[in-house]
Amino acid sequence: MIKIKKINYFVFLLIMFYINSIYASSGSIMTVEEKYCKWEVKDYAIEKPLCGYIGNAERGKAIASDGSKGNCLACHQLPIDGIEAYGTIGPPLAGIGSRQSEAFIRLRVVDTRNINPMSIMPGFYRDPGLINRPGIHYIGRTFLTAQQVEDVIAYLVTLK
Amino acid sequence: MKLDNKIILIALLALLTTKLYAEPVSGYEYIKPETRTMQDDDFSNPGLLAVDRGQELFNKKYETDKTCSDCHGKEGEMFNKKRLARYPMYRNRSNEIITLQKRIRNCQATITENPLQTDHPDLISLETFVRNRAHGEIVNIQTEGPVAEEIKEGEKLYTTRYGLIDMSCQHCHDFYPGQMIRGQKISQGQANGFPAYRLATGEMANLHLRIQQCMTLLRAEPFATDSKEIEQLGLYLMSRSNGLAIETPAVRY
Ligand code: HEC
Ligand code: HEC
Repeated sequence: MIKIKKINYFVFLLIMFYINSIYASSGSIMTVEEKYCKWEVKDYAIEKPLCGYIGNAERGKAIASDGSKGNCLACHQLPIDGIEAYGTIGPPLAGIGSRQSEAFIRLRVVDTRNINPMSIMPGFYRDPGLINRPGIHYIGRTFLTAQQVEDVIAYLVTLK
Repeated sequence: MKLDNKIILIALLALLTTKLYAEPVSGYEYIKPETRTMQDDDFSNPGLLAVDRGQELFNKKYETDKTCSDCHGKEGEMFNKKRLARYPMYRNRSNEIITLQKRIRNCQATITENPLQTDHPDLISLETFVRNRAHGEIVNIQTEGPVAEEIKEGEKLYTTRYGLIDMSCQHCHDFYPGQMIRGQKISQGQANGFPAYRLATGEMANLHLRIQQCMTLLRAEPFATDSKEIEQLGLYLMSRSNGLAIETPAVRY
């Protein structure tokens, strides 16, 4: 009995080690695998928060600027002090909270192709079943977790 | 009124075609000035180490006592540069894309039992050496005849979205060249400099490795070495570079 427990423990450690090394090597985007929550588009917007989560603007700001998470800075300028390298592919996001509604911003971040089918912007919570040739570590996953998306939205809404 | 519509239509078409079929511009024009200097200076271009290594392998005796240079000269001076500038080619007889490294490998197979694996660093060195023989030649991929079908397939792959990032090659390399993606300036993704030395990895990459590296960046499963897809995509990329001078070994991000 004890032996089995020990083996289980080792297997657990091994798996954790393996998972950690994947994240370390590939620039982790998610720390936990979670169930995908379906969402609904109405009038170019998603009214309801993903999985009913409440966002946290502070965390959202960190996610938006973290190269391995949102990496919004790859394409957008954000009003964050001390950041020099940002992309010029998307529009600057300063003032987005007064230009757009929360529900519209949610669809933009979740799956922007519902607004512009040709958009270069990745869908951060696109149905994993629609992703073509996901890398082996990313099968069945979304770019950000539902909670992370809600955090980013909570942050963008504060950009008045 | 009718005329107006026509003019607008023509203007729109012109706009569209200039956007999509813009003149090819080498990646050289997009890299930083210091990277250009590095590429142009024979003492600082790290890619020339691969050329030297390639030449060494080119003159190496195999178990049959034969070398590549037996047929092509010690410096590869017997190569026809104009022909080198036409790879990848299409062989109608076997309906097959012949990349330069495949051609090298086929030659190798006639003088040794153990030709190098596709994309093996030594094979990339050989490819770099051979391609470098045609430095300055203009890329001249044949686009008519049966090869057109393969190029079309390659273009389809180029415009398909991949991976969690869910973008196509076209998104970055046709729509946004000159724009910054974080600190990096996006180029047209031209193939004329390959095999090239990559500053980001500190290694030589041939075109196939570069494609795989962009696909990994997209958090996608890259097309396998030796897959039909990677050959078609590589062929399409090289055909886009028609008219550009061969820069191998280029220095790139
Ligand atoms: C690869 C490029 C890219 C990345 C990465 C990216 N975006 Fe965008 N984004 C765009 C582009 C381009 C647009 C312009 C509209 C379009 O093409 O869909 C846009 C538009 C937007 C808009 C609408 C702006 C407006 O004025 O209406 C919001 C909001 C937005 N992005 C948020 C984000 C957030 C948040 C992230 C990261 C979590 C992000 N984007 C990451 C390219 C990107
Ligand atoms: C998210 C943006 C993005 C996408 C999508 C993308 N690439 Fe790239 N690619 C880059 C960046 C950044 C570089 C390095 C800078 C440069 O040379 O453009 C690069 C470089 C290249 C180069 C080398 C160009 C040179 O002169 O050094 C090739 C070839 C290339 N990409 C092919 C592809 C192919 C094929 C695909 C699709 C499978 C693809 N890329 C998708 C961003 C992208």
